[in-house]
Amino acid sequence: MDVLKKVPVREQDAKERATNFDEVCLGYNMEEAMAEASRCINCKNAQCVKGCPVAIDIPGFVEKVKEGNIEAAYQIISESSALPAVCGRVCPQETQCEGKCIRGIKGEPVSIGKLERFVADWARENGIKPVCAAEKKNKKVAVIGSGPAGLTCAGDLAKMGYDVTIFEALHEAGGVLVYGIPEFRLPKEAVVAKEIENVKALGVKIETNVVVGKAVTIDELMDEEGFSAVFIGSGAGLPKFMGIPGENSNGVFSANEYLTRSNLMKAFNEESNTPIMRGKKVAVVGGGNVAMDAARTALRLGAEVHIVYRRSEEELPARVEEVHHAKEEGIIFDLLTNPTEIIADESGWVTGMKCIKMELGEPDESGRRRPVEVKDSEFVMELDTVIMSLGTSPNPLISSTTEGLEVNKWKCIVADEKDGKTTKEGVYAGGDAVTGAATVILAMGAGKAAAKGIDEYLSK
Amino acid sequence: MYKIIKKRELTTNIYLMEVEAKRVAKSCEPGQFVIVRMDSEGERIPLTICDYDREKGTITIVFQTVGAGTKLMADLQEGDSFHDFVGPLGCPSEFVKEDLEELKKKKILFVAGGVGTAPVYPQVKWLNAHGIAADVIVGAKTKDLLILEKEMEAVAGNLYVTTDDGSYGRSGMVTQTIKDLIADGNQYDVCVAIGPMIMMKFVCLLTKELNMPTIVSLNPIMVDGTGMCGACRVTVGDKVKFACVDGPEFDGHAVNFDEAMRRQQMYKTAEGRAVLKIEEGDTHHGGCGNCND
Repeated sequence: MDVLKKVPVREQDAKERATNFDEVCLGYNMEEAMAEASRCINCKNAQCVKGCPVAIDIPGFVEKVKEGNIEAAYQIISESSALPAVCGRVCPQETQCEGKCIRGIKGEPVSIGKLERFVADWARENGIKPVCAAEKKNKKVAVIGSGPAGLTCAGDLAKMGYDVTIFEALHEAGGVLVYGIPEFRLPKEAVVAKEIENVKALGVKIETNVVVGKAVTIDELMDEEGFSAVFIGSGAGLPKFMGIPGENSNGVFSANEYLTRSNLMKAFNEESNTPIMRGKKVAVVGGGNVAMDAARTALRLGAEVHIVYRRSEEELPARVEEVHHAKEEGIIFDLLTNPTEIIADESGWVTGMKCIKMELGEPDESGRRRPVEVKDSEFVMELDTVIMSLGTSPNPLISSTTEGLEVNKWKCIVADEKDGKTTKEGVYAGGDAVTGAATVILAMGAGKAAAKGIDEYLSK
Repeated sequence: MYKIIKKRELTTNIYLMEVEAKRVAKSCEPGQFVIVRMDSEGERIPLTICDYDREKGTITIVFQTVGAGTKLMADLQEGDSFHDFVGPLGCPSEFVKEDLEELKKKKILFVAGGVGTAPVYPQVKWLNAHGIAADVIVGAKTKDLLILEKEMEAVAGNLYVTTDDGSYGRSGMVTQTIKDLIADGNQYDVCVAIGPMIMMKFVCLLTKELNMPTIVSLNPIMVDGTGMCGACRVTVGDKVKFACVDGPEFDGHAVNFDEAMRRQQMYKTAEGRAVLKIEEGDTHHGGCGNCND
């Protein structure tokens, strides 16, 4: 074996997977995992840990994998992460742990993400559970939202002995893990539901169908229902639209709607009671991970799919792996292209999208080169479906119903990065609700920091 | 689980159910709605709140069997439960927050059409409980489709019932009754119209002429009901609003009804197929054009 290279991970063939919703990446087996783990040189001053938002003891667990003691590896990961099977699948390791790996200086870094996934999957298949709190503290904490931030915060607090209840607005727990990320990247029953079961096994209660800010306010939770502290992890759920003419035509969807129908409501399955538009030719506007998810979902539902993005490939905000997978499956990338109008027939159904070609100019405040329109380059793409994937912003439902909770001009809750403390006493926040749309693991890091912050507050 | 403690068939294909939902009953106000799911596989179905009992912790919903989901829902019996029942969603009617003394000076006209009578009822009831007698027009296609007449009579100031075919009460559309009332010298400061989209559109065309501010309640397609999917977007004036969080009530004179009606057709074919499948049951032979067998 070439020690400079990762042990390759098995994947479903691109042609085959383009027609099904089964998981793309098949993961390592024991032999492959142990071989990959042996590439770790167990650095004294491990850089990978510094790259991990939840600071997993990476050399520690990899060492155990090397020995073949997967249960011990799992317990090491569980000390820091409540959702290892999820993180092993959706974390952008290339910019985090693996991006800092010393092995990566010459050759490829250790495949930390795939090892984490292997350990978590093995533990699940072998019925290994995380260890519960030894001593109960007699204090109640409410967690709003059951996405990555909320689950992590709740799990950590439960391990410390707090009595934790999660309030979820939808009918199912998991937040973006169930409504946003598709089955073929993150299996719902086999992986997400099981990780949530593990959080519940720590003693966390989950009450679904509660829209905090409508059914009950944060003040009521604290004053009437006896919660001593609250963590807000309500995410960034509001979709953005472009504001171009024709955007309300039939056949234009937010990526949120399209993905929620497919993932949460299982509309990809023909037996589902929830309908979804099965277009013939679909444009997904945007270049992030969500755009890739929407595009690959539409492809699997039988469409020819185009990613329409106004900058060039280099600026695509999506993970390299996602772009690579999308291309393999046959998604067409129309880069340096910006929609200006949606065209519909007389009954209001989309028939096309007017676009203009772009070129890259001087760098803007984000440091990326600003796309500028190429004169007289307008053209029409014929389509029947357009999916807008332009990012999301936090839902003001909670901030607008909670007095004393400060938000910034983007409606993001103002919270201390260190401990999640907000401007309201006893109320903490983290994840996309604070940062705007980001990644699963950053939200988990924030949930973790807030759990510590809440513990300090309640221990005073 | 959310137990059904009362079920009544109000008329053909329109059902009333009283459901245990403590959190919703504690916090809901007139104008808001809920989303229900029958079972773990069910569709999320938005429904208006027809009544609530804070002490009993119950919500009364009224629904007409239009799609596959509501058809299956009609089979639920007293003692059965909804798998999910979430709310209250949307904003309460504006008058709930108005200064009561100011509100008492206003003359309000409600116009209810068909199953839209259900969401009008809690509004009129709330006003009645606060000492305000609002006039109400209830319109139905025909006598058999009229619902909640007695209940409405008990809380309304003057109640005017009209049927399109003249089989009961006055004869003609609700717009005719509005015209008659104005011709008789009645004056109203505000109109609240809730019913089929087409009815609300025509009421608004008329009240605009009459210079009568009009509030409508929209029921577009939606998935989550919390602002997440944007399926319910509607153009009001020059702005795009989400009916689930910005509404469901809007200034009727500013709503783009043609667009809203078009958007309601989005899944008509899929819905039609699903209904066929239920109606035909085992005898389903592929007439939906969707299956091969």
